[in-house]
Amino acid sequence: MNWLIAIVNIFMNPFFYKSMLNKATPLIFASLGGVYSETTGVVNIALEGIMLAGAFASVVFTYITGNPWIGILMAVYIGAAMGALHALACVTYRGNQIVSGTALILLSQGATGFLLQRIFGQPGSSDLVKTLPTWKIEAFRRIPFVGLIIGDLSPLVYIAFICVICSHFLIFKTKLGLRMRAVGENPESADTLGIDVYNVRYFGVIMSGILASLGGAFLSVGQLGQFTENMSNGRGFIALAAMIFGNWKPFGALGASLLFGMAESFSYQLQTQSILKLPPEIKYLFLMIPFVLTLVVVAGFVGKTRPPASDGIPYEKE
Amino acid sequence: MDITKNIDMKVERQDIKTLSECKVVMMGITKRFPGVLANDHVNLYVKRGEIHAIVGENGAGKTTLMKQLYGLIKPDSGTIYIDGKQIAINSPSDAISNGIGMVHQHFMLVPPLTVAENIVLGMEPVKGIIFDLNKAREDVEKLSKKYALHVDPDVKIEDISVGMQQRVEILKTLYRGADLLILDEPTAVLTPQETEELFEVMKNLKEQGKTIIFITHKLNEVMAITDYVTVMRLGKVTGRVKTKDTNPNELARMMVGRDVLLRVNKRPPHFGKKIFEIKNLWVKDNRRLDAVRGISLEIHEGEILGIAGVAGNGQSELVEAITGLRRVELGKIIFDGMDITNWSPKQIRRAGIAHVTEDRLKYGLIVKYPISYNFILSRYDERPFSNNGFLDLNAINTKADELIREFDVRTPSRDVLVGALSGGNQQKVIVAREFHFTPKFAVIAQPTRGLDIGAIEFIHNKILEMRDKGIGMLLVSMELEEIFSLSDRIAVMYEGEIMGIVKPEETTVETVGLMMAGTRLDGGHRANDS
Repeated sequence: MNWLIAIVNIFMNPFFYKSMLNKATPLIFASLGGVYSETTGVVNIALEGIMLAGAFASVVFTYITGNPWIGILMAVYIGAAMGALHALACVTYRGNQIVSGTALILLSQGATGFLLQRIFGQPGSSDLVKTLPTWKIEAFRRIPFVGLIIGDLSPLVYIAFICVICSHFLIFKTKLGLRMRAVGENPESADTLGIDVYNVRYFGVIMSGILASLGGAFLSVGQLGQFTENMSNGRGFIALAAMIFGNWKPFGALGASLLFGMAESFSYQLQTQSILKLPPEIKYLFLMIPFVLTLVVVAGFVGKTRPPASDGIPYEKE
Repeated sequence: MDITKNIDMKVERQDIKTLSECKVVMMGITKRFPGVLANDHVNLYVKRGEIHAIVGENGAGKTTLMKQLYGLIKPDSGTIYIDGKQIAINSPSDAISNGIGMVHQHFMLVPPLTVAENIVLGMEPVKGIIFDLNKAREDVEKLSKKYALHVDPDVKIEDISVGMQQRVEILKTLYRGADLLILDEPTAVLTPQETEELFEVMKNLKEQGKTIIFITHKLNEVMAITDYVTVMRLGKVTGRVKTKDTNPNELARMMVGRDVLLRVNKRPPHFGKKIFEIKNLWVKDNRRLDAVRGISLEIHEGEILGIAGVAGNGQSELVEAITGLRRVELGKIIFDGMDITNWSPKQIRRAGIAHVTEDRLKYGLIVKYPISYNFILSRYDERPFSNNGFLDLNAINTKADELIREFDVRTPSRDVLVGALSGGNQQKVIVAREFHFTPKFAVIAQPTRGLDIGAIEFIHNKILEMRDKGIGMLLVSMELEEIFSLSDRIAVMYEGEIMGIVKPEETTVETVGLMMAGTRLDGGHRANDS
């Protein structure tokens, strides 16, 4: 009974939903990035590393300039550069995409750890920097209940949703999107029609870098105002699961990210329910909830959703 | 323009007076791949408005030549003239802008996209930044009417028949304004009826002024539809003739370089007792869908039962179930009085069933092993090849030399890696392995896929030799001609069921073709599942 009351409590609380949106936002960005890359046929497990790099770059440049928007802009550049690096290895040189992705993750962890000490003079975490101010949207704030959820959020949350809509439009309604899908399914066919397979793949992978990096920037300057070592903390992989669960489509990835965000938010809210009289160490178990959900989703849905036919296969011109 | 080349041309093709009569002239094309001279100073002259066949065995360099015309690979030397003008073709885009379209042997389609999307891909109509699907659909419909190529623009490629996919491929080239169409072995995947339809389309295109280059190795098709033939062998042109001035035997001689028997000599059969039987067999494919749906068959000693059908109608799953590679869901397989249902492949082999696999390289051979090891793959753990767990190399080598002689495997030595042999010789290695150890029954899948005429002749004779020794055989082939010339009875498979069983001498290609498309022998159409 106490559990029921606690759960009802959580679901009646607007801040549970607001927290869900905040937890989901980095996943939305990164899984959307995954959609771009894999639609064109390149697996990008480097999302994890690119998020970390984006989180770090945005903090450093906010620290230097005092303007978090410049931090965000630099995160976009860093993400694009890391995407381009992945594309260079996997598209131009037709390397193994998993190996290249793993290398980028390790590179990112090493470089951010090293530079963190060099720039801020301490291991573990950076100085606090200015966070991105929230957008207070009056039109939303007037709506009862819902206003409390969506009326006052970080700009990046709204931007994430806009990105989902734009990406859906781009992938399914434009010429470029048609070509991306063709290249991911059957690059040979696209090649014989005069479409430059490599260019399209570069576009997909670089976009995935930019989006994953934005997801990372949201973690640091979007919320915490600080960089902590390895702060992406597996979210890049959860984002990959969200992309698969979402059947490699923007709105699917959005839905799956929201579900994972809800799980994470739920695990925090549960700890605050005093009615349950839970021992404090239980939080470690609760922190597993999103990962357990990932496991369930990946085990249950891989094979039922359908990846692009040439996903993960390098294309070699004759 | 180079005058000497004009003179050369008139000598080689006397019915052409000037370069400008030609839609395409390829002059002195040479292309070398590592270890192979794929095209050796090839000259090709194609007159505007004709259907021009290029025939030759596998590896003769036909497709290589066409890939150079379409810009997929670049010639090492040589020149190409389109409509009398010398042009450089560096990419498919260059070819497309010069009015060249190519329908590849393996279709270049994107399965989850619709017919209309596939046709306009790369030259998409747009409204602002939006891809204009309605315009694409209209364009496709207009084109489809104009050339009498019926397609439904809104269905996905993965949901349509192979015949319609081919029409989509042809429409793709026409949408790009092609007036020269290259068709690379277009009939290989079609039923006889679909082939007839394709020929109608080709005639129609010719009437509308298009030029067509038709690559094939089926000589009856050459005789039926083309105006002029260029024959290639080992990278060189070995003949140029007007179709009406030649015949299949002459063409075969030019292709192979010697006289070839186009029809096999089949002795009257001597059937023994029933050796093999399938009762109500059900098998699932990799997607867990029913691929074989309640098939029953029986085969006698000394009998070849041919399974005809378009690829993907459950033949592979049937073969795999019989040879123990795939689980039987329901039904029985009875061999020589034993119920061998769901036995392991090894048990089934031991019982006396040989298996010539449909994919030589994937299942039939270990390409990185020498020929001698490949011969004993099914017997490596038996005497005399194995002694107390050690291989007896002397016995293996002796056997290898014997089989190389007996089956005429053309190789410098038994130690050559099988991967380095030609397709025909690889197939001989498999057939030698499977036939030598005297089976009682053999399952033979696609025994001559991709082989040239000479090798086909050899394999066919070996199969008939085994039959005359009293071995029963199940023969699965996509080549209707092969089925007709070897089988004593023909069973036609469609969507996992047998549409009917006929004797080759009592039926026609048309009847079998209709069954391949789903009409039952007794007249009814196969009931839809639901």
